[in-house]
Amino acid sequence: MGVIYILLTISVIIAIVFFVAFIFAVKKGQYDDSYTPSVRMLFEDELVKETKKKSIKTIKD
Amino acid sequence: MSLSTCFHCGDPCNDVITYDDKAFCCNGCKTVFEIFFENDLTCYYDFQSSPGAAPEEIVGKYDFLSQQDIVNKLLEFNDSKTQVVNLFIPHIHCSSCIWILENLHKLNKAVTNSQVDFGKKTIRVHYNSGAITLKDLVLLLSSIGYEPYISLEDLSNKKNQINRTLIYKLGIAGFAFGNVMFLSFPEYFEVGEFWLEHYKPLFRWLMFSFSLPVVFYASQDYFISAYKGLRAKILNIDVPIALGIVVLFLRSTVDIIFDLGSGFFDSLTGLVFFLLLGKYFQQKTYSFLSFERDYKSYFPIAVTKLSANGSEVPIKVYDIQKGDRLLIRNQELIPVDGILIKGKARIDYSFVTGESETVSKISGDKLFAGGKQTSGVIEMEAVNTVEQSYLTQLWSNDIFSKTKEDGFTTLTNLISKRFTIYVLTIAFMATFFWLLVDSSKAMNVFTSVLIIACPCAIALAAPFTLGNMLRIFGKKKFYLKNATVIEQLAAVNTIIFDKTGTITSNKTSTAVYEGATLTTAEESLLKNTLRGSNHPLSRTLYDLLAENDITALDQFEEHLGQGIEGMHQNDKIKIGSAKFVGNIQDTITLNTSVHVSANDTYKGKFTFYNNYRKGLSKLFNDLKKEYDLAILSGDNEGEFQNLKKLLPSKTKLLFNQSPNDKLEYIKFHQGEGAKVLMIGDGLNDAGALAQSNVGISISENINVFSPACDAILDASQFNQLFQFIKASKSAIKIVKWSFILSFMYNVVGLYFAVTGQLAPVIAAILMPLSSISVVAFTTVATNYLSRRLNGNKKSKDDKYHVL
Repeated sequence: MGVIYILLTISVIIAIVFFVAFIFAVKKGQYDDSYTPSVRMLFEDELVKETKKKSIKTIKD
Repeated sequence: MSLSTCFHCGDPCNDVITYDDKAFCCNGCKTVFEIFFENDLTCYYDFQSSPGAAPEEIVGKYDFLSQQDIVNKLLEFNDSKTQVVNLFIPHIHCSSCIWILENLHKLNKAVTNSQVDFGKKTIRVHYNSGAITLKDLVLLLSSIGYEPYISLEDLSNKKNQINRTLIYKLGIAGFAFGNVMFLSFPEYFEVGEFWLEHYKPLFRWLMFSFSLPVVFYASQDYFISAYKGLRAKILNIDVPIALGIVVLFLRSTVDIIFDLGSGFFDSLTGLVFFLLLGKYFQQKTYSFLSFERDYKSYFPIAVTKLSANGSEVPIKVYDIQKGDRLLIRNQELIPVDGILIKGKARIDYSFVTGESETVSKISGDKLFAGGKQTSGVIEMEAVNTVEQSYLTQLWSNDIFSKTKEDGFTTLTNLISKRFTIYVLTIAFMATFFWLLVDSSKAMNVFTSVLIIACPCAIALAAPFTLGNMLRIFGKKKFYLKNATVIEQLAAVNTIIFDKTGTITSNKTSTAVYEGATLTTAEESLLKNTLRGSNHPLSRTLYDLLAENDITALDQFEEHLGQGIEGMHQNDKIKIGSAKFVGNIQDTITLNTSVHVSANDTYKGKFTFYNNYRKGLSKLFNDLKKEYDLAILSGDNEGEFQNLKKLLPSKTKLLFNQSPNDKLEYIKFHQGEGAKVLMIGDGLNDAGALAQSNVGISISENINVFSPACDAILDASQFNQLFQFIKASKSAIKIVKWSFILSFMYNVVGLYFAVTGQLAPVIAAILMPLSSISVVAFTTVATNYLSRRLNGNKKSKDDKYHVL
């Protein structure tokens, strides 16, 4: 049952890793604005579509 | 075609400008579209239809940004290459806005990065200061319809650090709670098993170490608040909580040191986690609204000063001295009291009084700070500095340095006073009893009582109920500063309204015609003549008159300050002041009126009346049963008769009230025990709003500024005021019911504690169970309340809203 020491150590270390990640995320301001990123992440695709549209237009002109 | 709306801003177009098969209302909108079109940014219009705003005319407005010391104060970061600035842009309102602003680098290569914070309506721009200056950047933003709002306030408070401690604390408590739960689980069920006995100390000391940061960091606020409360001789809710946390920690530590049991670390960390969660939930803030505004957020940073040799230099508003010559452009704010020297002034005092009708001034007239010039350029001489101006002096009253929460005891603290005394009495009595019966158990019972009676559920009842109400009200466009406002609102017994802009609507007024009936030809001529004039009264009258065929006038002349004249074929019409149209016997009335004469014969006059908000009479009739009502107006008595007709006879009507009079009036009534709700809108109500128990500011457009207050109510929801107050009262009832619910859990818990049978597992079940059921109850109850609020929304408009 000595393995319990290893298991406990691992579980505590993993917990602490996530905890530190959380602290870093807060510190970098990821929790300051919880709305804009949700909109921003949807933009990338539109931008690509847009450039395509543009190239069609220039051919036409 | 006249009904089409602008592709860019969505406003109806009067004269359509067509470009690329799209209709635009003005050249400004078309230009913005052209800019986007040339830069392949027309995607802007895909996310949201007509998301834009027409760019304002800004010639010279931002000249002060060429002054390095002002720029340095506005910048967030500045080195030789890169500058970072955070600008507030009120127009940000949809995903298109985010998209276009974050693609700013496509419009100007010098912009390296721009990031929008939608909630705060701000944009942070990183740019290469060698290639573009702050002024150019602001002009670029303005040119695409996103004019930043830069006010005096930006100059004074530098980068207020965001307070994230609550999130840290919540994270730590949650982290510890989860891990402690997981470590304490084995001991809940298996007692005396060989391997468990063997590793017990390890598990227990791990739990102990996890609880250390919870006790010493995460629950800090409760100890501080309890200490403050005790020093002020108040038993607030944090006293029993702090006591509970201390006892939980000490008892658990003693238990594991002497191997008496597994301790209550699970309950301890859970308690702190739930409490902080409640605090976090209650902390709903509307970051794009500000409840703390004073004149500084209205005033510009700098204005143009005319130096002795006639050259124009930007000067910081604070540096204006008595006797300085100032140049005020169209749409600029007058920053100091002064005397008009040159030019035709048409001042809009709506910031100050809420009155939207502009006032004409001629050379030599006194101008007051806070007015906005609306026609052309004027020159004025300052007679006061900013701080000494009539309007700004109001802020020297001490009422602005007090916070309202200080004098108010919340329901929770009221309960906690008795609760703490009862719990301590029970604890001591039980201990005394066990000292006589079985002294070995006495200490166990004493600590158990304090642990189980820790008022977690009571402390959660108010934050969750009121926090949820805050969100529900927010959805209904009633924005509260914090949850305490709901409690204060429920306790109100006197309601005082401002008149102009509060119970009247800013946008429209009604006009009543008196005099000889106009023929159809005359009416058509009247309408067509008004069409050519830009005077606000002409515009209002034009909108009020019935639609007529548009005919071109043969002759049109505008006499500034007097009236307008139009001629069509052989008919002549004159519209304007009594003297201008040739009516000598007109008695002076208090109401604004416009006179008309056709072919040199006097016809009659249009008298303008305030247009009261929809549902005003009904609202007052609903309110009069339970509240004392009063109206304090800064205006003259012109509307006295109208108001008397509209409002219940009990309503007190006071006119000609200065901002200070309003404040004193409220103070006087508070001295007599009244709990006052003040509803106002302009800066002149700021003192009254601050003095009242609850100050609500009415706003036609919540993005536009409103004075410091406890709540901002969207003008469209004005007739719902009674429902909001009723809902606040119901919310207080819900809190009381939650108290009863949590008392029942306490009674069960106390039975175990007093009889000395409180095992850690019972505490670990009871405490979260009571908290969760209280939270569930308040959530269900407030949501039910919100549905009722929706049901009431369809109340019939009363017939009095238009006179």
